[in-house]
Parts: sequence; C-alpha cells; structure tokens
Amino acid sequence: MATVQDIEVPDSAARSAQAADGLQDAVGEKMVLNMGPSHPATHGVLRIVLELDGEIITKADPDVGYLHRGDEKIAENMTYTQFIPYTDRLDYLAPLANNVAYALAVEKLLGIEKDLPPRCQYIRVMCAELARISAHLLGLGAFAMDLGAVTVFLLSFTEREKIYDLAEAISGARFTTSYTRIGGVSRDLPPGWLEQCQKFCDEFIPALNEFETLLTRNRIWVDRVRDLAVISKSDAIDYGLSGPNLRGSGVEWDLRRNQPYLCYKDLEFEIPTGTVGDCYDRYLVRMEEMRQSVRILEQCIRKIPGGAENKSKEPVNVSDGKIVLPPKQKVLSSMEELIHQFMLVTEGVNCPPGEIYFGHENPKGELGFYICSRGGGTPYRMKIRSPSFVNLSIIPKIFQGAMISDTVAILGSLDFVMGECDR
Amino acid sequence: MTALESAKKIKAKFGDLISEPAEFRGETTVQLADAEKIAEVCACAKNDLGFDYLMDISSVDNYGDDPRWMVVYHLRGLRHGGELRIKTGVSEEKSELPTVTTVWKTADWHEREIFDMMGLRFSGHPDLRRILMWEGYPYFPLRKDFPLAGKPTELPGVAFTKTAPLEGGPFVTVAGGGDATGREPRVRPPKE
Repeated sequence: MATVQDIEVPDSAARSAQAADGLQDAVGEKMVLNMGPSHPATHGVLRIVLELDGEIITKADPDVGYLHRGDEKIAENMTYTQFIPYTDRLDYLAPLANNVAYALAVEKLLGIEKDLPPRCQYIRVMCAELARISAHLLGLGAFAMDLGAVTVFLLSFTEREKIYDLAEAISGARFTTSYTRIGGVSRDLPPGWLEQCQKFCDEFIPALNEFETLLTRNRIWVDRVRDLAVISKSDAIDYGLSGPNLRGSGVEWDLRRNQPYLCYKDLEFEIPTGTVGDCYDRYLVRMEEMRQSVRILEQCIRKIPGGAENKSKEPVNVSDGKIVLPPKQKVLSSMEELIHQFMLVTEGVNCPPGEIYFGHENPKGELGFYICSRGGGTPYRMKIRSPSFVNLSIIPKIFQGAMISDTVAILGSLDFVMGECDR
Repeated sequence: MTALESAKKIKAKFGDLISEPAEFRGETTVQLADAEKIAEVCACAKNDLGFDYLMDISSVDNYGDDPRWMVVYHLRGLRHGGELRIKTGVSEEKSELPTVTTVWKTADWHEREIFDMMGLRFSGHPDLRRILMWEGYPYFPLRKDFPLAGKPTELPGVAFTKTAPLEGGPFVTVAGGGDATGREPRVRPPKE
C-alpha cells in the first residue's frame, strides 16, 4: 500500500539555522572577512565586510563608493548636451539605454517628449532593447562564470560582440556611444543597419536556446541558485528594488508598460515575473526579458516609419531650431540658423525653470533623473537615481544566514554595475 | 485616484502645513512647511494613500536663500500607479530632519547619501555614516560652496607617501626619459 510522505525542503536560511543548531557546542569566535573591493565576483569595486560564524554569514556590510566620480556635481557645471557622454559611463554595460533615459528626462523638462518624431522614437526603443540584451547577456555570463559555468560566459560574449557592432554602426563607438541628443538622435540609421539587426535577432534566439539548455534544467545550476536569497514581494517593494530584481519577486511593474514612454504602447511584449523571488527566479526573468526584447526589436524593424532606407525622409529630430542643432549647410548660408547654432553651443538648450523626475526602465532597473532647473542651459541640481545603488541596499538583509559560498551566486543574481551605483 | 487627489487628501489632513499642490509637466508637488513632520506625512501617504514605493530622496542646496536645504521625496504607489513629490525646506542652522527609514527601508541609503554629499543629518537614522566618500572625509561635495575642482585633504595620509613599488624599478620604462637608451629598462641598473 502506497503511503504519502511529506518531504520538507527548507530554504537556505532554515538549512543554515538547522546546521547551526547542531553546532551549539562548537560556537566559537566570529570571524570578519573582507571581500573586495577588487574581487572577481563583485563585478567592479564593491567591498563587503562579512561577519562569519563558521561558514554562515551573520552580518554583511556593503561598502560602496570606490568608483565615485561626482557625476552629479559635474552635471551642475555644464550644459545639458555636454552631459550626454557622462551618461555612457553610468551603467557602462548599457550606454545606449542611459543615453535614451537622459535625453528623455531633459525633453520632459522642455515639454517636448510628445513632439518626438515617430522614427526617432522607434530608433530609441531599438537602442534601449539592444542595450537590455547586451546588459542581460553580460549579467548572465558573469553570473554563470562565478558559479563555474565558464562556457556560458564565452558564448554570451560572442552574441554581445554583434550588439557592439550594431552600436558602432549607428554611433561610431562600440562602448561610449553618446548616441542621443536633446530632441533626437545624433544621426539617422546607416544603410543596411536594420538588416544587420534582423540578422542578429535571427541568430540570437537559437543562441539563447543554447544557453537555456546549458543552465535552466542543469542540476548543478538549479541546486546552486534555487531557494537562495529569497526576497519577498513586500521586502522588494520596501527596499525599493526595481527591474528584474523587483519582477523576480513577483511584482508586475515595468515602466515600459505602467508608464509608457516613446512608442512602447504600440508594441506587444510580455512582462515576465517570478513566483518565489529567489536567485533562480531572477535568472529566469532575465532570460525571458531577452526574448521579449527580441520580440520588440522585430516589431520595430517591421514598423519603423521610413523603413531601412528612409526614402520618405522621415525626420529623426524635433524641428525646433532652438533645441536641435541646425544642418551645417544652413548654418553656413542662413543668419537665423547661424544664431541658433551659436546660442545652442555657447549657452545650451534653454530649459524652463521647474523640476521633473523621469524614470526609465533600464536593464538593471529604474534609472531616474531628477532635474531641478532655474532656467537656462545648465541644471541647478541633477540627481541620478541609479538602480544598482538601490538594489545593493538589500544586501545586509539577504546575506544574513546564507553560506559564504553563496555570496557569489547572490551577487550575480542581483546584477549590478558599480559605475552606476557610485556615479 | 490621481496624484492630485492624493495631494488634496494630504492637505486636508495636515492643513496649513501643506502647500497647495503644484502641477508641472504632469507631476504633482506639495511642499511641507515643517520638516519635523516629514515622517508623519510620509507614513500617512504610505498607509492611507497607498504610496508604498519610495523611488528616490534627493536634496537641493539653495545657496544664499533661507531655508538653504530642500529635501525632495519621490513617492509612487505600485497599485494605483500615481506619483507624488513631497518637498520640505531645512534651515542651515538646523541641518537636521527626521528619518523616514521607519516608513520605507530603502530610505536608509538615500539618507546616508544626502548626509554624505550635502551634510544634512537625519535624526533617528539607524546607521548614519558616509557612503560614497570615505569615513573621515571633511567636506560635503555637493554643496554649492564646494568648488568643482575639489579641495585638498590630509586623507588618505599613509597610502601613497612612499614611492610605489614599481616606480623606478629595473623593468619599468621611463616615460619621456630622453633617448631610447635612457628609456630602455634593460640598460638601467636598479638604484640603490
């Protein structure tokens, strides 16, 4: 006769607590271990001071700021356009997405975000989604490599290389793109770019399927990441997590869907969410987001006004000469354009006094710009709400009770970038 | 419920302490007259009006004006999707206001950053330390009277006072050091 037996599967914290119970007599001194700032698993320069009881972490104190460059102070001392290259260096794994976020924030202050030409909106969406795939691929590759799966890292970099080629084709730079301008983009898509992008999409899905076969049902991988560092829904909201980390905890919140900007409301895509909130869920959410990004890219390629060649001469910049630099030919032949160019270059885009906050769904989460303007071409104060900074603040909570060998898995699943965290 | 309605509800509860809601670019802002009440206002916004998500806290240095500091809270309700900005002024003599870590845990690091960059203290904060600059750094860099080029400090005092280990070693080329013979490391004997 068959009997039903309950099998108890405790989470990592409970397992550590059980292990600690058996060692009551062996409790000795606690050890303080310094991890980082130069440690391969901290993906940059994050330092964590760990207090250990044997192999169990009893306290974790993250120390950030090693990459602080004073971007907010710098922003106060230059025009809005001059700050665009600095946004490349925030989340340096997704510079195109930062460019888009910053341009949209300044355009919101100017009140012209509804006047952006449709072609510009589609180009920006494609930039943001390519950046998302690129950043998630690196996050995934580094996460897997830290847990011993080096193959995934090498394979994911093969795909990222193609995205860099695409970025180079539109902006001239692979890494520091500085592609957007206030009121548009620096130049239209080059000939053949959409085909190149379509080719990337066609090749990427099989590659992604291959990554999935390497990891998603891999016993070693699942054992390392499942039920690890569970973040409950309420904790995720309370700690202000955003992006895949928030959605991994089951909160269906995506700025592209909940506060649609650009042309996202015309595009079809799903918002993946997790059910448990562990490292495995965060991994799965990122994998699915890449598929959805490809879906968005393919829709954009089909629907972009003007198509690949832009024979109908769709504009990519707003038509206001006081915001976007006029064509060089006109500057040399017309007085008004010459004045516009002179004013834009010397004084910057003249923004009205007021304050705005704009949040953009970046690969790591919500990248927000709070701009306090007193009029004129420079911001009076610009605060950058960086998703990595906020996402890291939950470390003391989720590290407690974890094993020391789990630290790299937890850090990999949080997927942060210190350039953005420290600004 | 729109952000404007929420702002009006807060105003109904706290009366004259809250300014008339201002609208700019589709965003709603209210200003709180007494910074001491900020934790109460935030708790009310969270518990009664559903603003469960604190996006950001930032600070503005209105150098030359009184009150000098403006602390800006960006609130969002994930259920209704509304957003609200609450601002409150803090005078330079006081430079202190209550923490909102009791309302949202995410405020912890945001308040540490403001303490680090602007020098405002948050009373009741569990762990008010510098976060981006190092412990013991004497200035507050985001203040308007702090120069962009920075100021020299004594710290870190011991890290780089002696020659770095590789500097002048036998295998290091000397940048711009005369001709190729002078730059070439193989011909340079180690200094004693």
